[in-house]
Amino acid sequence: MFKTLIVILMSSVLVNNYVLSKFLGICPFLGVSKKLDQACGMGLSVTFVMLVATVATWPIQRFVLDKLGLGYLQTIVFILVIAALVQFIEIVLKKYIPSLHKSLGIYLPLITTNCAVLGVTIQNISDGYNFLESMVSSLGCGLGFLLAMVLFAGVRSRIENCNAPKAFKGLPVTLIAASIVSLSFFGFAGIIENLLG
Amino acid sequence: MIKSILIAVLVVAGIGLVCGILLAVASHFMSVKENEKKSAVRNCLPGANCGACGYAGCDGYAEALAEGKAATNLCVPGADAVSKKISEVLGVEFQDVVEQVAFVHCNGSCGKTEKKQEYEGIKSCSAAKLIYGGPGSCTFGCIGYGDCMAVCPNGAICLDDGIARIDTRKCVGCGLCVKACPQHIITLFPDVQKTVVMCSNKEKGAVARKKCTSACIGCKKCELNCPSKAVKVVNNLAVIDYDLCTDCGLCAENCPVKCIKIADFSGEHRFE
Repeated sequence: MFKTLIVILMSSVLVNNYVLSKFLGICPFLGVSKKLDQACGMGLSVTFVMLVATVATWPIQRFVLDKLGLGYLQTIVFILVIAALVQFIEIVLKKYIPSLHKSLGIYLPLITTNCAVLGVTIQNISDGYNFLESMVSSLGCGLGFLLAMVLFAGVRSRIENCNAPKAFKGLPVTLIAASIVSLSFFGFAGIIENLLG
Repeated sequence: MIKSILIAVLVVAGIGLVCGILLAVASHFMSVKENEKKSAVRNCLPGANCGACGYAGCDGYAEALAEGKAATNLCVPGADAVSKKISEVLGVEFQDVVEQVAFVHCNGSCGKTEKKQEYEGIKSCSAAKLIYGGPGSCTFGCIGYGDCMAVCPNGAICLDDGIARIDTRKCVGCGLCVKACPQHIITLFPDVQKTVVMCSNKEKGAVARKKCTSACIGCKKCELNCPSKAVKVVNNLAVIDYDLCTDCGLCAENCPVKCIKIADFSGEHRFE
C-alpha cells in the first residue's frame, strides 16, 4: 500500500511530469517562468488547486456521474466545478487570509481553467485510483509542475542574458530550451520500475 | 432516451446551480469592502500592469493612491491624461507626468569638425563605423547617416548640417534611437531638465579640440562652477547627474567651447 503511494508520487513527479512529458500547462510554464519567485508562487498555487480540485471532483465522478452513467459529461462538469471552486477559494482567502490572497492573487484566476489541473483530475479517474491514491497523484503532479517551473526559471534567467541570434531572441530560444529540458526528463523513464518495481 | 437526456441536463444544471449558489452566498457573506476611492482610481489607470510606477501592478498603485501614499504622476504609459483623471477623482492638484525625451549628445556639425576619409559604402551609421570608426575625424560623435532617423516611429529625428537632431515636440521617449545608434551618443532623460552636454568625445582636451571646435575639452570649469556638484568631468568629458542638477545654467555660461546647452526640452506633447 505504502509502496504503491510512493510509486505514484515519484512517477507523477519525474516520469509523467505534466509539463515536460505530457505537455499540459504550457501556458503558465512559459508565461510565469521569467522570475524564480513568481515561478515558485505559481507552482505552489497550482499544487494547492490540484489537491483541492481532486477533493471536489473525485467524489462527484464516483458518486454522481458513475452512478447515473453520465461518464461522458466528465469534462464539462469538472471544468464547472473547478472554476467555481477556485473562485470560492479566492473569496475565502480574500476575507480570511488577505496576506496569502495577495501573494496568490494574480495566479489564482489564471489557474481557474488551467489544463494541467483538469488533466490531473481526469487522469486520476481514468487510472482508476482510489481517493487516497488520487490525492497522492495530485500532490505529485503539483510538485512536478513546481519542479519544472523552478528548473526552467533558472534556465531562462541564463537565456535572458545570453547573446542569441536575433531571429531566436525571446520566445523561440525559450521554446528550444523548453524542449531540451523536456528531453532531459525522458531520462527518468524506467527509473521507477527499476528502483521500486 | 428522453429520460437519459433529461437526467444529464438536470445533473449538470444542478451542479451549476449548487456552484452558483455557493459563490453567491460566499460573495455576499464574505465580501470585503473595497475602498471606493481605490476602485474609482483603478478605473482611471490603463491596466497594463507594467510596474513603471514602482508598485505591483495597477491595483497596487491604485491602493497606494487611495491611501494618499503615492503621487499621481507615476503612471508613465498613461501620461498626463491619466494623471489628470486621477487628480480629479482624488481631488488633488494635477501633477505633470515627467516624460522622457531623447537627445543626441553631439554638436559636431559640418562647420565644426572635418572628415578624415571619404566613405562611399551603404548609407548606414553602423556600416560606416566599421571602417576606422566612421568617416568623421571625431570617432565619438554623430556619423550622420541617420540610423536613428530610420527607426524613429514618429519622424521626430532629422539630419541637420551633418548630424542628427531630435524634435522634442514629436519625441515620445520610446528609446528606439538609443538602441539604434552605433556610437551610443543618444540618451533618454526627463524632459523637465534643461541642461545637456552636447559632446561625447572622451579624448584629452587638445586632441579633441583639434578634431572638433565644439568638443568638450575637459577643462573642469563646469565642475568648479556648479553649485550643486551635479557636473563631473569623467574621462575628459563633462557628465551631468540629473538627480542633482537644478538647471541653474552656470555650467553653460562658463563653458569655453559652449558644449553645454540650456534649452527647453519639454515638447508640446506635454500641453496638448
